[in-house]
Amino acid sequence: MSKAVLMQGNEACVKGALKAGMRFFAGYPITPSTEIAEGCAVELPKLGGKFIQMEDELASMAAVIGASVTGTKAMTATSGPGFSLKQENIGYACEAEIPCVIVDVQRSGPSTGLPTSSSQGDVMQTRWGTHGDHPIIVLSPSSVSETYYLTIRAFNLAEKYMTPVILLMDEMIGHLRETVNLYDDVEIINRKQPDEPEGNFEAYKAGENLVPVLPVFGSGHYYNITGLTHNTWGFPTNNRKIAGDLNSRLLNKIEKNRKDIESFEEYLCDDAELLIVAYGGSARVGEESVDMLRKKGIKAGMYRPVTIWPMAETRLAELSERTGKVLVIEHNNGQYVHEVERVAGKKVEVGFIGNISGSYILPTEVVKKAEEMYYAK
Amino acid sequence: MPSELVKREMRTENLPHIWCPGCSHGSVMRALCQAIENVGLERKNTVIVSGIGCSSRAVGYLNFDTIHTTHGRALAFATGIKLANPDLHVIVLTGDGDISAIGGNHLIHACRRNIGITCIVMNNTIYGMTGGQYSPTTPTGDFGTTAPYGNIDKDFDIPLLAASAGATFAARTTAYGIAQTITVMEKALKHKGFSVIDVASICPSYYGRRNKKGDAVKMLQWQKENSVPVKMAQNMTAEELKGMIVTGIFKDVEEPEYTEEYQKIIEKAGGKR
Repeated sequence: MSKAVLMQGNEACVKGALKAGMRFFAGYPITPSTEIAEGCAVELPKLGGKFIQMEDELASMAAVIGASVTGTKAMTATSGPGFSLKQENIGYACEAEIPCVIVDVQRSGPSTGLPTSSSQGDVMQTRWGTHGDHPIIVLSPSSVSETYYLTIRAFNLAEKYMTPVILLMDEMIGHLRETVNLYDDVEIINRKQPDEPEGNFEAYKAGENLVPVLPVFGSGHYYNITGLTHNTWGFPTNNRKIAGDLNSRLLNKIEKNRKDIESFEEYLCDDAELLIVAYGGSARVGEESVDMLRKKGIKAGMYRPVTIWPMAETRLAELSERTGKVLVIEHNNGQYVHEVERVAGKKVEVGFIGNISGSYILPTEVVKKAEEMYYAK
Repeated sequence: MPSELVKREMRTENLPHIWCPGCSHGSVMRALCQAIENVGLERKNTVIVSGIGCSSRAVGYLNFDTIHTTHGRALAFATGIKLANPDLHVIVLTGDGDISAIGGNHLIHACRRNIGITCIVMNNTIYGMTGGQYSPTTPTGDFGTTAPYGNIDKDFDIPLLAASAGATFAARTTAYGIAQTITVMEKALKHKGFSVIDVASICPSYYGRRNKKGDAVKMLQWQKENSVPVKMAQNMTAEELKGMIVTGIFKDVEEPEYTEEYQKIIEKAGGKR
């Protein structure tokens, strides 16, 4: 069963989160993500869930982690300035392996920047915003409908891999209104719980897929959670062997399960002679540009990473090698393009088109750049 | 040999603790265990949350559901835990730097919400873990590694700060007065709403040595000789109270508790818990 509903991207995020089982939201007002907090304030109590407006962005990230350790699926939403403040506790959630979802509806930066203008300037911050080597999963929707389904997937991945997941939106998608087909039958994943009887519990030993089984607080399985490097019981240690093992497991938990995590979409790539790479809102510009180029007789195609981190590199490498010409569209000054260059390799020509004025990238600009690349010898 | 109380409530395999000789944090931790037993809190429903610093290492030794969070954020984590599952007893262990400097904003807002959390501040008036820098509770004029010429900051009075921000239970005890500490902790644990106990702890290694306060015994002796019950302090002048530790319960009132108020929101919205 499904029903078609017209809604805004931010609203779709709330609906997706509720469908995924989110029952706790902590946030702080910030443009352009505020509708997510407002939606949660209205909807959560109807389901017995909890909404709290915290005193700041740091506290809302902390409260989300606190709620999650009780077994409650929890989310927060913010934009650039708030996303910067959340980094401290995002790192904590990575280290302590606490599932949660962080939504960043990107606006133009740096600093307070252009609060109501769309951007993709946070894409590298989602990867390396918090200090230290850490795992991260980032998903970026390019439509309202996809926002709904990727929000559900964000919770599923968080619960499956016991890690924070970032839903990276752009203002363009957050405030866009489109029809979403809401299907009842969607997969919902809940974190594993121990089968063992109550008592002290070795929570941080590697389970299936290197993922630990962390009992929820109040279940009678006692252990310690810490942001310090810890042993398999959760107690702090300076032991180099244990520290190395833990840090490797945290990274490998994502690395070794890339096939399950990675997702991407292709548009007219089968016969493509020029490849456009774009994600999130920019992929809409990319798709339009492909259509315009095809009308002009240029066989263009588009590769769209849906999981920004980790990126589905194998397919991108194949397509880049085959076409030899790749044009990256990003609503920033060129961030992800360097990842594409790395994956494509030195033999492939990688072009870039971006925008940092707060306005949009136009398909006509993309077409012009693509034509230059295509006809160049 | 650990006592029966320690065996029951602590993770003895993790002992001895990491605190310096003479530090009173261990006594405060033991007092909390005694208070938990006296009140009869169920282990399964008790969560202990801490921040960062000497005080916050206590959770590693306490045999409950424990979470050692980020610097200053213990109350914000605890707020998420308590609101998500109001059936849990949530206790926060923190220090003066953790709660009144980097976590000051979270403290006043937890007070304002009157959320059912007990917050125990092991206040040793110094950043011990990092080697003795002055904190917001270091008395004006005292020395720290970052106050080599004397501290010019005015110090916070945590119970007064908490009470004025809306905490419904605010108290101060000392590491010397451990019997009183246990009694006040029991009252705080039974209190409905946000409770704060500022426990004057001693740091002979950093605060004591730099300020020529003598060894642990001398510092505890000093606490004994310079403590004034809050009732008596009400009739003393500011001059007379200078350098004194005012102990006892500053505020104990009943007001609507946050998670109970949120339950009413759920009922208004037509939801079920």
